[in-house]
Amino acid sequence: MYSFDYARPASVSEALEILRSDVEPRLLAGGQTLLPAMKHRLTAHSTLIDLQGIDTLRGIEVTEAGLRIGAMVRHAEIASSETVQRMLPALAVLADGIADPLVRNMGTLGGSVANNDPAADYPAAVLGCGAVVNTDRRDIAADDFFEGMFTTALEEDEILTAITFPLPETAGYFKLPHPASGYVLAGAFVCRFAEGLRVAINGAAPCVYRDTLAEMALAAHFHPDSANDLVFDDEDFTDDLHASRAYRARVLPAVIRRAVARALNPERTSP
Amino acid sequence: MQITLTVNGTPITREVEPRTLLVEFLREEAGLTGTHVGCDTTQCGCCAVHVDGRAVKSCTVLAAQAQGTEVTTIEGLAAPDGALHPMQQAFSTHHGLQCGFCTPGMIMTCVALARDYPEMTETEAREKLEGNICRCTGYNGIVAALLDGAQKMAGDDV
Ligand SMILES: Cc1cc2nc3c(=O)[nH]c(=O)nc-3n(C[C@H](O)[C@H](O)[C@H](O)COP(=O)(O)OP(=O)(O)OC[C@H]3O[C@@H](n4cnc5c(N)ncnc54)[C@H](O)[C@@H]3O)c2cc1C
Ligand code: FES
Ligand code: FES
Repeated sequence: MYSFDYARPASVSEALEILRSDVEPRLLAGGQTLLPAMKHRLTAHSTLIDLQGIDTLRGIEVTEAGLRIGAMVRHAEIASSETVQRMLPALAVLADGIADPLVRNMGTLGGSVANNDPAADYPAAVLGCGAVVNTDRRDIAADDFFEGMFTTALEEDEILTAITFPLPETAGYFKLPHPASGYVLAGAFVCRFAEGLRVAINGAAPCVYRDTLAEMALAAHFHPDSANDLVFDDEDFTDDLHASRAYRARVLPAVIRRAVARALNPERTSP
Repeated sequence: MQITLTVNGTPITREVEPRTLLVEFLREEAGLTGTHVGCDTTQCGCCAVHVDGRAVKSCTVLAAQAQGTEVTTIEGLAAPDGALHPMQQAFSTHHGLQCGFCTPGMIMTCVALARDYPEMTETEAREKLEGNICRCTGYNGIVAALLDGAQKMAGDDV
């Protein structure tokens, strides 16, 4: 690791001040993505601004807009939260499937969503639910947030403070994980609201996206079988050492099918 | 920067670089070499320790992030008179180790898992050990040790 300075501000405004005055600062949440990259000297920073001392970035609360989860809430806290398990069980299931128990004890919601790894889990829940990304200065709709591979609508000096998930009638998530890393090869977060249906696909393409084909099929009939005849154009899918684009397109109907099965029967976590 | 951690009950203060990893602090500053480093990709779990009771990978936590916390390492498990912790005893009983390199991390992870999921099934035990790799692949003994150790810990109310 290249050397850097370390700061642990106690408030968002203090963090913003360092973020704006330093040469090459970087926010540090759980460090489970940033520190491995820094250990390999893939990135270097003048100051790491550790967000763990900022209390307003913590907490899980039920508001009128839905479930508001602070940026610094860890994967393990979301997985074991009774509130999340009751109000949005698919999110607790998703969080429990990220990495391993030790990484889940450090990694945070905000770090994962700000990072927008195409193979990460949370972005599918954020886009699938049509959540709102709260920052130090504005609220960003999920539909406008995920801009591309590892890129989001966040400004260089903007801090993600929380995510507010509206509560669907039902939701389900299924990912086909890479057998060694656990990262997503193809995943689907399916949400049914009184006003309509949302299907977010992660892992398959360079950025999480909403699939209109799947949304139409499931709006017509919300049943696992509705996914069976879907055919995906793989032109924009990811083709890498983990899986070919044709493979990703081929497994996606089965992935969506299982996500819907879970949405219809949230008690059952294995399809 | 100056950092104070309470390691196995003893406060340790050192002047370190901000880039010092928790595992480096434990091995090189505190002289506790039971915590191992087995990879550089945060995947093997050999470096597992408890920070305020939570099992984490100390190769991917800055010592600075752990400033002010209570850290428990493998050296802190046995009783002062040398009596093994029930999970250590279970690893011995069930041959949960071969070369022993992954063992400190395995045991620290298993102690935390036993606390969090005292009634886990064998399938769950296998899933929850996902973050710990044993190069000798003695997983059957490790899983048996985890399940037995968890039962003993629940019984002993550790
Ligand atoms: C072995 C291993 C396996 C993993 N498997 C999976 C998996 O299966 N699925 C998955 O989804 N993830 C996986 N991860 C990644 C893990 O979930 C990370 O915890 C997560 O991606 C990043 O969260 P963090 O809190 O650790 O962020 P950090 O690493 O601290 O930060 C990540 C990035 O986000 C920025 N950032 C952090 N917080 C904020 C904020 N509040 N506002 C703005 N920017 C911010 C940082 O500057 C940095 O660029 C894995 C990681 C490891 C090491
Ligand atoms: S040394 Fe920490 S996970 Fe391998
Ligand atoms: S006992 Fe040798 S690595 Fe596990």
